[in-house]
Amino acid sequence: MPYSTKVMEHFQNPRNVGEIENPDGVGEIGNPVCGDIMKLYIRVKDNRVVDAKFKTFGCGAAIATSSMITELVKNKTLEEALKISRQTVAEALDGLPANKMHCSNLAADALHKAIEDYKNKKKKPESVSKRDE
Amino acid sequence: MIRKIYLDHSATTPVHPEVFEAMIPFYKERFGNASSIHLFGREAKVALDESREKVAGFLNTDPLEIYFTSGGTESDNLAIKGTAFANRNKGKHIITSSIEHHAILESCKFLQKEGFEVNYLQVDKYGLVNPDELRKQIRKDTILISIMHANNEMGTIEPVEELSRIARETGIYFHTDAVQSIGKIQIDVQKLGVDLLSLSGHKFYGPKGVGVLYIRRGVRLTPLSHGGHHEKARRAGTENIPGIVGLAKAIEIAQRDMEKEESRIRLLSDRFFDKVMQRIPDVFMNGHPERRVPNILNLSFKGVEGESIILNLDLKGIAVASGSACTSGSLEPSHVLSAMGVPPDLAQSSIRFSFGRSNTEEDVDYVAEVLPEIISKLRKMSPIYEQSKS
Ligand SMILES: Cc1ncc(COP(=O)(O)O)c(C=O)c1O
Ligand code: FES
Repeated sequence: MPYSTKVMEHFQNPRNVGEIENPDGVGEIGNPVCGDIMKLYIRVKDNRVVDAKFKTFGCGAAIATSSMITELVKNKTLEEALKISRQTVAEALDGLPANKMHCSNLAADALHKAIEDYKNKKKKPESVSKRDE
Repeated sequence: MIRKIYLDHSATTPVHPEVFEAMIPFYKERFGNASSIHLFGREAKVALDESREKVAGFLNTDPLEIYFTSGGTESDNLAIKGTAFANRNKGKHIITSSIEHHAILESCKFLQKEGFEVNYLQVDKYGLVNPDELRKQIRKDTILISIMHANNEMGTIEPVEELSRIARETGIYFHTDAVQSIGKIQIDVQKLGVDLLSLSGHKFYGPKGVGVLYIRRGVRLTPLSHGGHHEKARRAGTENIPGIVGLAKAIEIAQRDMEKEESRIRLLSDRFFDKVMQRIPDVFMNGHPERRVPNILNLSFKGVEGESIILNLDLKGIAVASGSACTSGSLEPSHVLSAMGVPPDLAQSSIRFSFGRSNTEEDVDYVAEVLPEIISKLRKMSPIYEQSKS
């Protein structure tokens, strides 16, 4: 098998699968290379990511990187979280096969998008967002 | 101990014990070069001739029309490029289908760069080529039509007899890639009405790296490899005698056991299909429900990506294949399923189960037992599957 033991471990027992109800931020990304999809949910408290959950339609690497990034991001400040890149995730998994590096983009991009989503929501005045609902 | 269940016989098969036995002497004491005139060479030559006769008998043709190659890929290359180059003074137009094996498609793409024009026929939702569509695409300068016999991804059997008749009426060469149909359905080149036909040893319990190209007498073909006068100077290179002997033995066995194996495999495949459909919701079959080689079953499991299914089955000792982009190396989803109009997410979710000699009822029952759990676990993880449905 081309995957590291760590990848297979996360693939078999993915952490933090699911959705967060009323999340503070959601990031959804489609992989332009193979067409796979990841959805990442975050809960933010006092500028820190206190919870993260994911749902992924993708290969072994996509599932393992999704699982790993939800672990990595927990209890990080937003600034720290934004620094998590695809390399960070790949390294934490003891590497990915070369043709699977693009899958780790999925996880990193989804995280960055979720944080962006959180920031956008926060920017909006309370009354506006209420009206939107 | 973990069970090992191989359900990827369309990728390759193990060498049949009788085939292996037949090959051994030609690696050892009967190692001669068939071109040598001494005893060793003559022994090899006899084996070569006998093998050619066996293959010819199976295909219902003359041994002079059987050419041994290094496999399906070479046979396809030689058929497509060889006839194209030899007949370019007659025309530069070729017709094939959009669901051929890459050995055909890439040969055609290469020819396009060399100034040939190629039409890729569309298929219907079952993967069938429409004979009327073929008729429409034929031009004055069409020199070759190549349509596969049975498709390697979903097993649909093309109406080769009808298509080749159209080619014959219009005086155009017709090639078929029969790599996936041998041993499953009868291949009689006279009945099929083809001018060229490709086979590959390792798909029917013969060795890897050996194949056949049938070339009807009178077909003009330019060789691709130049050297000695092997294979009537159409394919230079010292013959792979052990491989050729193995392939011929495998053909003999395929012929002997075809009827029995065919019905056994059909029952296995149907049994598996019924169990899966009973136990797992939102499963779709790809390919023609009846016009299909019985050993290939291609199913899409809605909402779940193929590689993640393969890996989970692999952990249970079960080997299957997928049309998912994630497993293809090229990161393109299956061109076959796309051509059939299967939506991209369902193409991503496709699994090919291909059954063979080693499989038993217990095997398929075991797979049908572990599969529902795997699919449901992956669906819980899926952002595109409506959980309420399951
Ligand atoms: C339909 C078809 N054609 C050609 C080939 C190539 O055959 P080989 O592996 O012998 O080169 C294959 C097998 O991969 C096949 O399934
Ligand atoms: S997500 Fe498709 S290849 Fe990894």
